[in-house]
Amino acid sequence: MLYIVQTALELGFQYALVAMALFLSYRILDIADMTTDGCFILGCAVSVTCAAAGHPLLAIPAAMVSGACAGFVTAFLQTKLGVPSILAGIVTNTGLYTVNLMAMGWKANQSLLRQDTIFTLFRATGIGGDWYAILLSGAITVVMGAILVAFLGTRLGLSIRATGDNRDMVRASSINPTFTITVGLCLANAMTALSGAVVGQAQKTADINAGTGIVVIGLACLIIGETIVGKGSMLRGAIAVVVGSILYRVVYALVLRSPIPIDCLKLVTAIVVALAIAAPTLKSWAAFQARKRKALAARKEGR
Amino acid sequence: MLEIKQISKTFNPGTVNEKSALSGLSLTLADGDFATIVGSNGAGKSTLFNAIAGDFYVDEGSIFLSGDDLTYLPAYRRSRRIGRLFQDPMRGTAPHMTIEENLALAYLRTAKHQKAFFSRVSKADKAFFREQLARLDMGLEDRMRQPVGLLSGGQRQALTLLMATMVPPKLLLLDEHTAALDPGTADKVLKLTREIVEGEGITCLMITHNMKNALELGNRTLMMDNGRIVLDIGGEERKGLTVDDLLSRFRAGAGKALDNDRILLS
Repeated sequence: MLYIVQTALELGFQYALVAMALFLSYRILDIADMTTDGCFILGCAVSVTCAAAGHPLLAIPAAMVSGACAGFVTAFLQTKLGVPSILAGIVTNTGLYTVNLMAMGWKANQSLLRQDTIFTLFRATGIGGDWYAILLSGAITVVMGAILVAFLGTRLGLSIRATGDNRDMVRASSINPTFTITVGLCLANAMTALSGAVVGQAQKTADINAGTGIVVIGLACLIIGETIVGKGSMLRGAIAVVVGSILYRVVYALVLRSPIPIDCLKLVTAIVVALAIAAPTLKSWAAFQARKRKALAARKEGR
Repeated sequence: MLEIKQISKTFNPGTVNEKSALSGLSLTLADGDFATIVGSNGAGKSTLFNAIAGDFYVDEGSIFLSGDDLTYLPAYRRSRRIGRLFQDPMRGTAPHMTIEENLALAYLRTAKHQKAFFSRVSKADKAFFREQLARLDMGLEDRMRQPVGLLSGGQRQALTLLMATMVPPKLLLLDEHTAALDPGTADKVLKLTREIVEGEGITCLMITHNMKNALELGNRTLMMDNGRIVLDIGGEERKGLTVDDLLSRFRAGAGKALDNDRILLS
């Protein structure tokens, strides 16, 4: 059981950054950013390749910059060239496949054998004992979350939020939506790539297919978190994605240890995701049915 | 000072839907002028506002505001100097952001903050917002942390008016901003508009379908027809003018009666 909790916490913190990126692009900017899948692998590939070359620390900012570049391409396609936003993400994502292969030296995967990673470096400091991986992943996620929440309170952050909330208003209040969308998508994809970078170094491997479907999982984490923690302020949103991500990983770990065959994993993931997304609708439907039953019963008694 | 020289705009040129929305329109507003605009449906009133605000670029002519050429500036750059309210109260505010955040957004766009992307609102700014909200007399100063989506249409429109004028713009465009409100609220917002516009001496253009308001508010009344200004009444001539006078003057100017099912003659 402790092992499940440890794994869930570690993976939950690492993948929470993807959910946080989607919180920014999907929830705040109202753009379904399909760049996410490819961008996650890009971060992973850049990070692992850098670490393999002996620069595990440099790997993290390098991955983030590469992610921001991917976000910039998507933003450029949709703001300057008039490509519809979902299509812009898909186009970038397609192109990223080749870029990712390139980043790993034209190989489909890249492994770290005895090289240092941020995790081995951190373990060497002796902080956290057995919990070092969770501590490091958690620290990265919390710091990133704090930066995001602080940023969203600045003039630029408020402008980005307004861009997703009311385009008409934005145009009438001297905000350039092209600029805010670009900054928002660069930031979101930098976070996605950071997630890939951390995951890559933790698992000591990068694979060209490792990020397939990550956008759906991130979305599920976001919605699970919002269902439990609730929506509202930016701080609440940032906490929600972390909670959602950890919970998702707990469910995932339980499924892995249950008698359900491992081949069914993708199907189970899809069902969990669908249930999480449908939960608010199902809840209000159930509440309405209960109210209706009660009202009808009361009417019958009255007669 | 607003100077519009001979602007023209044709939509869908060369197709069956070709529509000349503005044809050689010229207009000069002195600083502090408050002009009301009336006209039939499709006369080009809103198109004129869209041209000034930069929703599209005009085909011909030029637009100057305080000596600066706006003709080819994109909308977001013009809106640093131009405040605008629409008929739909939902268009002027961000519903999921709090009252305070909406005000901050409007406040932080001012010149001194223009390059300061990471500036935040200070305690002093918040006190200033509170004071400004109190002027609306709607109790909004005690609800600053609530999302704007919870406010009524009238409250949202009043808030938009405050956001547009908190830092006085060079020009304020009001596009029937009270038409979607109930009569009581509309009166209140109109009273507030007059207080703010006349109090701060803001140069203002206001489209209205209420002929009485068109004559009572401001110091000039313009009538539009077919993408042109056909009547411009100000000064002594405007005082003592009745709604009937205005309608007959319009008939003389445009060569036809004013047909508008929404015009209120009361």
